[in-house]
Amino acid sequence: MGSIANAFSSSIGKKLIMGLTGLFLISFLVIHCFLNSFVFFDNTGVLFNEGAHFMATNWIIRAMEIVLMLGLMLHIVQGARLTFENQAARPEKYAYNNGNANSKWYSRSMGLLGTLLLIFLIVHLSQFWTVSRFTGIPTVDSAGHEDLYAVMKETFKNIWFVVLYVLSMISLAYHLLHGFASTFQTLGWNHKKYTPIIKAVGVWFSILIPLIFAAMPVWIYLGL
Amino acid sequence: MSIGNMNLTLKVWRQKSTKDKGKMVDYKVANISPDMSFLEMFDVLNEDLITKGDEPIVFDHDCREGICGMCSMFINGRPHGPKDAVTTCQLHMRSFKDGDTIVVEPWRAKAFPVIKDLTVDRSAFDRVIAAGGFISVNTGNAQDANNLPIPKAQADAAFEAAACIGCGACVATCKNASAMLFVSAKISQLALLPQGQPERYKRVQNMVAQMDAEGFGNCTNTGACEAECPKGISLENIARMNRDYYSAKFISEEEG
Repeated sequence: MGSIANAFSSSIGKKLIMGLTGLFLISFLVIHCFLNSFVFFDNTGVLFNEGAHFMATNWIIRAMEIVLMLGLMLHIVQGARLTFENQAARPEKYAYNNGNANSKWYSRSMGLLGTLLLIFLIVHLSQFWTVSRFTGIPTVDSAGHEDLYAVMKETFKNIWFVVLYVLSMISLAYHLLHGFASTFQTLGWNHKKYTPIIKAVGVWFSILIPLIFAAMPVWIYLGL
Repeated sequence: MSIGNMNLTLKVWRQKSTKDKGKMVDYKVANISPDMSFLEMFDVLNEDLITKGDEPIVFDHDCREGICGMCSMFINGRPHGPKDAVTTCQLHMRSFKDGDTIVVEPWRAKAFPVIKDLTVDRSAFDRVIAAGGFISVNTGNAQDANNLPIPKAQADAAFEAAACIGCGACVATCKNASAMLFVSAKISQLALLPQGQPERYKRVQNMVAQMDAEGFGNCTNTGACEAECPKGISLENIARMNRDYYSAKFISEEEG
């Protein structure tokens, strides 16, 4: 009988883990992007803080946060493992390899883009996540909620953080540009009718979500 | 053969044996006809080397008609050179310009060790086929034609997968030296036909296991293999292999 346990150690199983965790992280991006976009609609921050308060106190969200962290870890560890394995599969490199003739640079640079995103995540989580979950936010807003919006405003007074966030969202865009459609191919969904739709949705998703995220620090820096 | 007017500089990988370190060596070739194939140009160079008392360059070739899958040169950073959907033997010198410098290397992959110069050992592919790329049938009288009705679209898809000549260009160009396009074509050509059904889930498990054991890399869906394949094998085959593999591992009762 086919065994699920040994399936995940094979080349196809390892791809499946990357694809499934990637898809899960994509669903997280949608929720994160939706809630954070509250900053565009209320510059007192009350609306945004209410959203953050809901996320911090809802037990389903808190439970999913643990799943999210595990999923993220798995995606990172497996991604690093695959990158090293794949490099080892060609010990002697070509003197001249014209990769651009047959594939997109970002599809060949998922390890590099992922590493840039990991660096961003370490900075990002230490700036917002550890503050809201562990060390605590000192101030409250007019509605009596913890003022995460104030932390955001303070952080993005620094132009270099704004620049870091915008550049990181460009990395995210390219990571998604390959990752989104690639996930469905890995899952075995390649279809004459549906694959072009998946690819088109992937392109729009990869531009739109990082663009909205990147607009946030810029928006706050400009005091809009 | 007509004497032409092309003068070229070649940078060719020379390696005495599997253990030798190997290096790029420059050669000049003169009076090359644009109507020559790339391999004929190498024949001219080798004649020249033999006349000079040098060791000729070893390269794989057989039918020179683009159907056997033996030729295997990595030319100017691409397997089988700059043209789409051709093998090296069907690549002609008119695809280059007089005075060009052309870099020629062997397929590079851990699973394809260099035997000598431009010739690599592709027996890893044979072992993948031996692991399950066949159907087990009893011998005896030939069956009547059309005994098993097969829809046209199905037969076409199986035929397209079966067009794979096993040259290894997919492995050569893949940044991960992954063999998934080859293996998926060899699985699909049988999975799409009724004759392939009895061993379908056993086959995919065993062939993937052998592919992994040979040291090929993991597919990351860059699509380079499909773009460079001289026979136009589609990525749809990899998706089909993935589906069959999940079915085999998660729901099938066929042992791998």
